[in-house]
Amino acid sequence: MGVVSGIVMSYQFGTNWSVFSDKAGPVIGPLMAYEVLSAFFLEAGFLGIMLFGRERVGDSLHMFATAMVAFGTLMSATWILSVNSWMQTPAGYSINELGQFYPEDWWAIVFNPSFPYRLVHMVLAAYLTVALVVGGVGGLHLLRNREDGPARRMFSMAMWMLVVVTPLQILAGDFHGINTLEHQPAKVMAMEGHYDSHPHGAPLILFGIPNPQEKRIDYAIEIPNLSSLILKHDWNAPLDGLDTIPDEDEPPVAIVFWSFRVMIGLGFAMLGLGAWSLLRRMRGRLYEDRWLHRAAIAMGPMGFVAVLAGWITTEVGRQPFTVYGLLRTSDSLAPVAAPAVAASLIVFIGVYFFVFGAGTFYLLRMMNAAVGTPDPDLHDGPIRTAGITPIMQTDPDAIPGK
Amino acid sequence: MFELSFIWAGIIAFAVLTYVILDGFDLGAGILFPLAEGEREKAMMMNSIAPIWDGNETWLVLGGGGLFAVFPLAYAVIMPALYMPIILMLLALIFRGVAFEYRWRTARWKPVWDVAFFGGSIVAAFMQGIALGALVQGIEVADRAYAGGWWDWLSVFSLLTGVAVIVGYALLGSTWIILKTEGPLQRRMQNHAWYLGAATLFFIGIVSILTPFQDPVYFQRWLNLPGSILSVLMPGAVIAAAWALFTGLNAGKDAQPFLASLTIFVLCFIGIGISFYPNIVPPGLTIKEAAAPDESLWFALVGTLVLVPMILVYTAYAYWVFRGKIDPEEGYH
Repeated sequence: MGVVSGIVMSYQFGTNWSVFSDKAGPVIGPLMAYEVLSAFFLEAGFLGIMLFGRERVGDSLHMFATAMVAFGTLMSATWILSVNSWMQTPAGYSINELGQFYPEDWWAIVFNPSFPYRLVHMVLAAYLTVALVVGGVGGLHLLRNREDGPARRMFSMAMWMLVVVTPLQILAGDFHGINTLEHQPAKVMAMEGHYDSHPHGAPLILFGIPNPQEKRIDYAIEIPNLSSLILKHDWNAPLDGLDTIPDEDEPPVAIVFWSFRVMIGLGFAMLGLGAWSLLRRMRGRLYEDRWLHRAAIAMGPMGFVAVLAGWITTEVGRQPFTVYGLLRTSDSLAPVAAPAVAASLIVFIGVYFFVFGAGTFYLLRMMNAAVGTPDPDLHDGPIRTAGITPIMQTDPDAIPGK
Repeated sequence: MFELSFIWAGIIAFAVLTYVILDGFDLGAGILFPLAEGEREKAMMMNSIAPIWDGNETWLVLGGGGLFAVFPLAYAVIMPALYMPIILMLLALIFRGVAFEYRWRTARWKPVWDVAFFGGSIVAAFMQGIALGALVQGIEVADRAYAGGWWDWLSVFSLLTGVAVIVGYALLGSTWIILKTEGPLQRRMQNHAWYLGAATLFFIGIVSILTPFQDPVYFQRWLNLPGSILSVLMPGAVIAAAWALFTGLNAGKDAQPFLASLTIFVLCFIGIGISFYPNIVPPGLTIKEAAAPDESLWFALVGTLVLVPMILVYTAYAYWVFRGKIDPEEGYH
């Protein structure tokens, strides 16, 4: 699923965002080429050996191939986040007579101001997401049988991961937010719901309903001065609001406001789950507390939700620009007729629901089956992600994971 | 004269050619999939490409990503011009790609994913052929953007190249399966390859004869000296490769038909290159005009010269690991 959606990505920049591609291509194009060369090929080249080559190459080379796939994935995240960060906080460029971004300093382009923060935040998010999935599956099988050895190991490892990574993630998120305040203040204003400037310290709005017409947050529940404390580390620091930003440069506040709160809320829920598991573990009841296991199942898919909410926050918060402050989204479009774009969008939505829906169904069915065999040489069904058709199984009609 | 953009045009052409011959044979295996008799043959055909199709398709990503990186203007013009064929190709590749995994996750839906595999393969091939034909016919550019209509890509010529690519990929696929299998499946593929080879030559002939009439520049190039020498040499080389294909098939050779088919594809690709040069998007956008600034070309070139040889080495290694005939008894362990 990753391969095929990746191919789509590399072509849609051109099909739907051709003006953006022409203008920003000289700067971000080479970064994406590096992603293909240093990451995609590495993943794809060794994936076949990882999935089907264990018997042919032996355990140590198989381990090497697996490590190469993992390394390729990390390289992929690095390059694509560099590209996205450059679109958020462009650096190291000039603009030539054709209106193209012209590379001046590659070091400054790759390591643009928001890149290190975004990279750390996203990689930690990926680890948290997988920890929650593994924890949820472990919890499910512990509910059925708390003596299940592999399920215990899954659950224990996942909970350790949460305990260690969630606090780091909250810290990384805080740094990322401060970096955003410095480079994209309008985004932070939208995240915080600060329509008005606060010269004597800004409140933290916990909840409320953004009212774009009246430019205020209705029914706001707020804690005085806390926003200044978080963002400026000073109780009384002044913070500007969206009243200082021209209307045509404002991001859509309501979407950013809500998606940010979803992400933060889930982040603290993860922290809570980790803390709960730690308390139970210290009393030796990690595998006994059925409500903990149920909570882990409920949190199983929440990593994906948090990641999506975070991306919505940062991408919608960048609006109305594709390259922040420099190139408007409305000026980036391909000269494709609206009906063609609408048709392709609808078809993609339909196909993705169908294809990824089927994939999700198969994955859930696999997770629902008893936890996989510890010995890879057993013939009762593979544990893997993409594939080859097994011809001879012990039971030729067996469907793995069913 | 040293011109960085020409080096890059060569690299992109290499990436696209590598894509065409590598994904060509695995798409071809998908196109021939309905001809498999029984689950066992289906599994053999799929297993022969399962470990490598992913790497093969990555060359398509490099073709697109590389074009974006070093010829952003060409990328920005070609993609909207070929909007519909490109989108349909992408959708087809999605169905085909997931079929590898999904078809054996389910008994009830297996026929659905079999159709997805075959349909995805044939539609992707058809759209690639249409895109090629439309590109040969030329793309209207004004003011650094595509200036044509939404159905410009559709013509008798582009439909013809679409069918030609399906037939050509099927030839590559059949000769690949000859290389990778034994027994009845191999024998039937030898038979198919014979007809597919003849059909491929027929389409190459038709497209070659029609191409000079798509643009006066092509006509000038192929029918005046020194180009007319090539007009004799290129068909000669294709005939030699075809001879190697058919004698290899008749003699029951394993590798010769596949290598001969690859050679035919390489020759056709060179022919297209001769027509296009020095344009990257016919009829009027040159390689030099479409290139990104030299700073971008240099930056990308350094890594490419280091990484592409490494990619070729480990890709070759991956093929080496999975060398030899498919063992029909081999399952997944």
